[in-house]
Amino acid sequence: MIVDIVLQIVKIIVIFAVILTCVAYLTLMERRCLGFFQVRLGPNRVGPWGLFQPIADGLKLFFKEDMTVLHANKFYFILAPVISFVAVLSCFAVVPFAGNAYIIDIPVAVLYLMAISSMGVYGVLLAGWSSNNKYSAMGGYRATAQMISYEIPLALALVGVLILSGSMSIVDIVNSQNGMWYIVKQPLGFIIFLICILAETNRCPFDLYECENELVAGYQTCYSSMKFGLFYIGEYAHIFLACCLITLFYLGGWNGPVLPALAWFFIKVFFCAFCFIWIRATYPRVRYDQLMNLSWKVVLPLAFLNLIVTAVIKVMF
Amino acid sequence: MTIDTLTEKIGEYIKETDTFRDEITVTVDRDVIITVCRILKEDEDCSFDFLSDCCGLDRLPETPRFMVVYNLYSLKHKHRVRIKVPLEEADAEIDSATPVWKAANWLERECFDMFGIRFKGHPDLRRIITPPNMEGYPLRKDFPLEGSETK
Amino acid sequence: MTKKTITLNLGPQHPSTHGVLRVLLELDGEIVVDAKPDIGFLHRGFEKLAEHRTYRQNLVLTDRLDYLAAMSNNFAYVLAVEKLLGIEVPKRAQYIRVALVELQRIASHLFWLGTHAHDLGAMTPLFYALCEREDIMDIFEAISGGRLTPSFMRCGGLAADVDSSFVKNTKKFTDTFSSKVDVYENLLTENPIWKLRTRNVGKMSKEFCINTGISGPMARAAGIEWDLRKSNPYSSYEDFDFAIPTGLQGDVYDCYMMRIKEMRESAKIVRQAVDGLPESDGSPIKAKVNKFPAGEVYHSIESPRGELGFYIVSDGGKSPARLRVRPPSFVNLQGMGELVRGQLLSDVVAIIGMIDIVLAEVDR
Repeated sequence: MIVDIVLQIVKIIVIFAVILTCVAYLTLMERRCLGFFQVRLGPNRVGPWGLFQPIADGLKLFFKEDMTVLHANKFYFILAPVISFVAVLSCFAVVPFAGNAYIIDIPVAVLYLMAISSMGVYGVLLAGWSSNNKYSAMGGYRATAQMISYEIPLALALVGVLILSGSMSIVDIVNSQNGMWYIVKQPLGFIIFLICILAETNRCPFDLYECENELVAGYQTCYSSMKFGLFYIGEYAHIFLACCLITLFYLGGWNGPVLPALAWFFIKVFFCAFCFIWIRATYPRVRYDQLMNLSWKVVLPLAFLNLIVTAVIKVMF
Repeated sequence: MTIDTLTEKIGEYIKETDTFRDEITVTVDRDVIITVCRILKEDEDCSFDFLSDCCGLDRLPETPRFMVVYNLYSLKHKHRVRIKVPLEEADAEIDSATPVWKAANWLERECFDMFGIRFKGHPDLRRIITPPNMEGYPLRKDFPLEGSETK
Repeated sequence: MTKKTITLNLGPQHPSTHGVLRVLLELDGEIVVDAKPDIGFLHRGFEKLAEHRTYRQNLVLTDRLDYLAAMSNNFAYVLAVEKLLGIEVPKRAQYIRVALVELQRIASHLFWLGTHAHDLGAMTPLFYALCEREDIMDIFEAISGGRLTPSFMRCGGLAADVDSSFVKNTKKFTDTFSSKVDVYENLLTENPIWKLRTRNVGKMSKEFCINTGISGPMARAAGIEWDLRKSNPYSSYEDFDFAIPTGLQGDVYDCYMMRIKEMRESAKIVRQAVDGLPESDGSPIKAKVNKFPAGEVYHSIESPRGELGFYIVSDGGKSPARLRVRPPSFVNLQGMGELVRGQLLSDVVAIIGMIDIVLAEVDR
């Protein structure tokens, strides 16, 4: 019994260490890739190929002055980054990296994911509201509207996957893709999922609630030091989570020939991350009303269509 | 553009004309400035539809001290003319040209800001470049180059 | 809570107000009800200072007006002074000047393109555009020693003659430039999001432009076929073959297309100017400057932002009695309040970008 608990705790620590390292290096990867896309070098001074850059960044953030704005609502102001951070990290509890490398495999993992990841918006909204700053508030409002609008088609797209796999356990979903990845069976669902997850993770072209050109830094305008750091890590962890989910739901998870399962998983995840960065380097940002139109008038009907067609095919064959 | 055409159109208002380096300058009284502008803008042969610039001029110690200078351009005929209006220091006020060209809005505000020339009928005559609590008018000749000490 | 709108201070320190522009926005949700631009944060008293400096010293000040197009400011100023003096500039100097200001126009438009795209969220074009701008800056540096503010022109000619390396470098630049513009266009012109963001935003009618005094690429985007280089040629512009692109709708997208096309045309002019550059006959590149006569002149050129004019009143002394700049971005910015009304907050950024302001020139 005690051995089990200790083992479980060790597992949690190891997996979270891996996740946080991945997240840290995701930031480095983003900066290096953007540099590559934009005919410049990116950070390459700290350590070989800039490999220690994330550590330097973390130290820098840690030693910055930790400010709390005078008119802010202190309690929520401090709570907000914690919520964003915790909400994302809790999601990783049900994310399997390979056939046996996961913290827990619950039968309603997908439901759990949807529920917990939605909590992240409270962090953003509270941050925007409690900062008592107009830019932050607008960022917060935008975030709420955007999250609600995109969560629905996101879930609908996932239902397509659930119908095909017949299970809500992520391990089962991956195993059911053994013959054929769901990206082949659910091409429309994949595209919808991709668009929604870009909006959910606040990535270009949908990075509306912190776009520096309009809202300075959106909901995080008034944050500094580690409070900002928590948002920052939370945001990249969210991206990492998004890439994991794409891999697990549509790209066959850890399945692949020759290489070990874990390697395949990370190859796929970082390929997705690369695509995220690629999109960021290529596209301008959409406008707020266009974002809403896209969600309610295009993506949502398509998601319904996808759901109905999938269900019909599943029942008929 | 020739002086003859101008004399034909607005001859009755012209006080003085001058040509230097092929540029025509017409001096008119301040009471008729809007009339003159309208004629110049609407007449077929003149058609000065574009207000290039409107600025002030301080001629201290000469009198009358101030001038308001309008540089007009015609997009149709590609020619230019300059209108000057002398203003006394004691009564530095002139009709605003904003009803004729909207472009005059900020240009006149700047002129007011820099010289203290007031424009009657201007929609929003406030200081534009210097701060609202500034004292004095910087481009007047008697304003010191180093500026004045402000609190 | 009876008030339905919020007042948002956009600037003076804001990432996309291109310097120190402050716009007081009255917002109803995301919709702009009213916008009041507030300028003057960068006022340095150029016009006052110029009255206390000699004509030659003033040249250096003009660089600091529109620092993204320093050569064009130099050019407009020396042309006005030369008009006052009534002197003829050597043909070779005229051609070199044309090549330089057209290079400067390209550099300025490149910077505009990069920052404008960045304002709308596309970050990559900025870095691409700056690569080519760097080449132009290198050309300037090689001839004048300065990059941003070269102060290379003189009343009557140029500070120094250029040598064959200038011709070589410039030719090398113009040879490859068109293909570089294709790269930018690849990223933006047909990009659906770019079109969504720029089409039908900030639409200007011809009448609006003329009445508000809007000139340059913005006026041409609205369909006004007016370019001072063609309509009132100066400094041998009549020798060169180039087109004036015009748009139809006068929206942000058209302004973008105008500037892209103008860059291509400018590259053509640069090429023609260096190809047809008259050989130096050993005489100085600068005409002799005599005493300044009393009189007044106004001379304007087509700067990258529009009609840039200098109005000089001389009393025959060493310094101008009055030096007035007709700043294109100042006049163009006037139209902003009207253009953004009823649009969304994001469009304000697009429209500020479209106007292509340089606050140093707006405030002087």
